[in-house]
Amino acid sequence: MQFLQLVISGIAQGCIYGLIALGFVLIYKATETVNFAQGDLMMLGGFFGLSCMVVLGMPFWVAFLATLAVAMLFGMLMERALLRPLLGQPAFTVVMLTIGIGYLARGMVTMIPGWGTETHTLPVPYKDEVLRVVIGSGDPLILSTEHMVIIAVTAFLIAILFLFFRYTKLGIAMQATSQNQLAAFYMGIPVRRINMLVWGISAAVSACAGLLLAPITFVHVNMGYIGLKAFPAAVVGGFGSIPGALVGGLIIGIVESLAGFYLPEGFKDIAAYILVLVMLVILPNGLFGDKMRKKV
Amino acid sequence: MSDTDVPILQLNNVESSYGPVKAIRGVSLSVKAGSIVTVLGSNGAGKSTILKTISGIIDPRKGSVLYRGQAIQKLDPARIVKLGIVQVPEGREIFPFLTVNENLLMGAYTRPAADKAALANDLEMVFNYFPILRERARQPAGQLSGGQQQMLAISRALLAKPSIILLDEPSLGLSPKLTREIFEIIVRINREHGVTLLVVEQNAMVALKYSDYGYVLEVGRIVMEDACAALLEKEDIKEFYLGMKDSGVRGTRRWKKKKNWR
Repeated sequence: MQFLQLVISGIAQGCIYGLIALGFVLIYKATETVNFAQGDLMMLGGFFGLSCMVVLGMPFWVAFLATLAVAMLFGMLMERALLRPLLGQPAFTVVMLTIGIGYLARGMVTMIPGWGTETHTLPVPYKDEVLRVVIGSGDPLILSTEHMVIIAVTAFLIAILFLFFRYTKLGIAMQATSQNQLAAFYMGIPVRRINMLVWGISAAVSACAGLLLAPITFVHVNMGYIGLKAFPAAVVGGFGSIPGALVGGLIIGIVESLAGFYLPEGFKDIAAYILVLVMLVILPNGLFGDKMRKKV
Repeated sequence: MSDTDVPILQLNNVESSYGPVKAIRGVSLSVKAGSIVTVLGSNGAGKSTILKTISGIIDPRKGSVLYRGQAIQKLDPARIVKLGIVQVPEGREIFPFLTVNENLLMGAYTRPAADKAALANDLEMVFNYFPILRERARQPAGQLSGGQQQMLAISRALLAKPSIILLDEPSLGLSPKLTREIFEIIVRINREHGVTLLVVEQNAMVALKYSDYGYVLEVGRIVMEDACAALLEKEDIKEFYLGMKDSGVRGTRRWKKKKNWR
């Protein structure tokens, strides 16, 4: 029973890693750069949602949707204003820019007195509730509602993204653009607008992760550092693979949760990195890495 | 001048460069609606640059590109596709992880979603030209052979319902037999649907055989133009592009007789 509970809480944590890793991968696939501000977008999402609920008094679900919408717009604006002028520059330039954006975001938030410097609790309606599931005659399985919400919302979001990329013209065009940008130009696909949209989706997914995580870890300015664990998740899954990002996230979440309980203190925090090292040695392309190398 | 006399595509003194390197230096050419026009030239002559300039991938430094008399050199690529100019890029450039069907759908990206019936019709049309694509419709395009990928690239362009297709070296990497087959289908597309074609080629023999009018490009300049039948008779063409040398007594030509246009 205990093992199962650990696995489930690991899955919930893994969903968060998976969502942030998904944000990394979407942008990597579209623009071949890594957005190191991904975790900070998540933090901004957390704070925005919190402000909507506490300051504006919105109900949770309204605040949730508002945050997603605003995050999407913010991501698109960021692409348009900061990244598009760098089009054609080496990938390193963009990486430095995103690291800068991350610092800027953290700095700006701490400049709001009494708000950005504090640690807040997001007053979600399902806080501190538990579900008891009785299986057979044994002890009941105790599940925290926060974890179940994370898993359910992640599954829902992934299903929507899957349908979008698989079956809509716009989604297929996004795939096409990431596979061969030049050909996409030749087909009249508005590549720049598509890239802008990818940044929007990526930011929205991160903000969603922030809101889901908030009931567990609180909202604070450094919550974005969780992105450092989502990065190994993306690597384990094979950087550049969307299902890989999720599976990688789940694996890291579960390993971390089990390591925290069964291994000596301290292993919880390094388990993810040990896993990545092992992974890079035995399967350098990750679990779902491109078998066929993409043309450069 | 009646409407049909305006060339569908006209380049006036176009200069394009990659950074400081001038790739084409004042190219003028005109393409009559409904014809097949070819531009011949060796590696680095600037053939692909001409097509990239027309497609709006690069903007020309000087000169103008006119489509049915309207200047298009400043428009972005998506606008140009919408106007009816589609390019089949060099080396196919298909989307390797999308299925054949999805690749074709991307060709129709700029078409309004409403004309589903017309789209289905056009799909049927390209499947009739290239039956192999129907069999492979659900396979990732990266698994097709080179020739099949070329067929896919041409079909993908056709689905945009263009009035002019720019073909960049369709013979690249194909066997002579397959090259002829592709060119025969290009001619059929031209005759049956009135699509104008601008074909850039190194394989002069095939290109001249199937086209109506030809230009010869050397280091960024047009050095010769004529109807293809006439070009085929010219000594220079025979020597430089068709490899038909009349060799001297000792089997080699004297350097003084060696020609170039520089």
